[in-house]
Amino acid sequence: MSHSSVFVTTFLATCVEVIEMVIIVVGVGTVRGWRSTWLGAGSGLAVLALLVLAFGTALTAVPIGVLRLVVGSLLLVFGLQWLRKGILRVSANGLRGMGERTASGEGVPADGVDWTAFVLSFKGVLLEGLEVAFIVVSFGLTAQALPSAILGAATAFVVIATAGLLARGVVQRIPRSALQLLVGTLLSSFGTFWAVQGLGVTWPGDEAAILALVGWYVLAAVGYVGLLRQRARSLVLQDARG
Amino acid sequence: MILSWLKGFGRFWYGFIIGDDWTVAATMAVALLVTWLLHTAAVAAWWLPPVAAVVVVGASLQRSWREAR
Repeated sequence: MSHSSVFVTTFLATCVEVIEMVIIVVGVGTVRGWRSTWLGAGSGLAVLALLVLAFGTALTAVPIGVLRLVVGSLLLVFGLQWLRKGILRVSANGLRGMGERTASGEGVPADGVDWTAFVLSFKGVLLEGLEVAFIVVSFGLTAQALPSAILGAATAFVVIATAGLLARGVVQRIPRSALQLLVGTLLSSFGTFWAVQGLGVTWPGDEAAILALVGWYVLAAVGYVGLLRQRARSLVLQDARG
Repeated sequence: MILSWLKGFGRFWYGFIIGDDWTVAATMAVALLVTWLLHTAAVAAWWLPPVAAVVVVGASLQRSWREAR
């Protein structure tokens, strides 16, 4: 494998992991507020840097399966809570909350650290960062081109993180209730994918299964919102007749 | 002070994992356990957690709807 092919391969593989990381950070930051989200993301990167410094190329010894199972399960149960709340809110109020800056009804503290935002972004950054480190070490050592692998991963990180920062403005224009629903589906999708992968189960289509999971949860959410709105309408009609 | 910190720590994780409806987390824990058991028996079970998630969220929404009425 040449240095340029190692660069391209690690760049593309890292892009996939960093996109997942950025989606979690941008989604959580937009719904819960940015200060604690950045704090969590920064802490995740700091722990990752310490692990890389401590283990070096022996990093592959870290039990990534267990980490995926724990982080995935936690993201899954939390994501399903947001999915459920999002469905209830959208079905009751429609797409409201456009432009609101804080999710006041969701227990976000006015001062101090919002630990929910901190933990979500910390876990997302640490797990994805570790996966990037594994990619770099595996490709770099196998092809004896570690500097090219590091450069490919660093370039992917800068490109995707910049795209994520630019996308922040667009995401903030999404109505708040719909955003919670959307982030709920994303967290549930990533959580399901990692938890099942952590059990040692292989997904059909590998990382592409995440897209199928997002589609599955979005379909379910749209179906449940439709069902609840239909029930509310028939209840109003019944009351009007009675 | 340590006790109140521990209480806050416990409350945070309770809210994070259990939230408003404990059945969601419990069902997903069982679903993942069954997935692992099926996997060890060489049965493809990747589909089980997403199906369980949608079913348990539907049941939870149904309960919320009834309580709201």
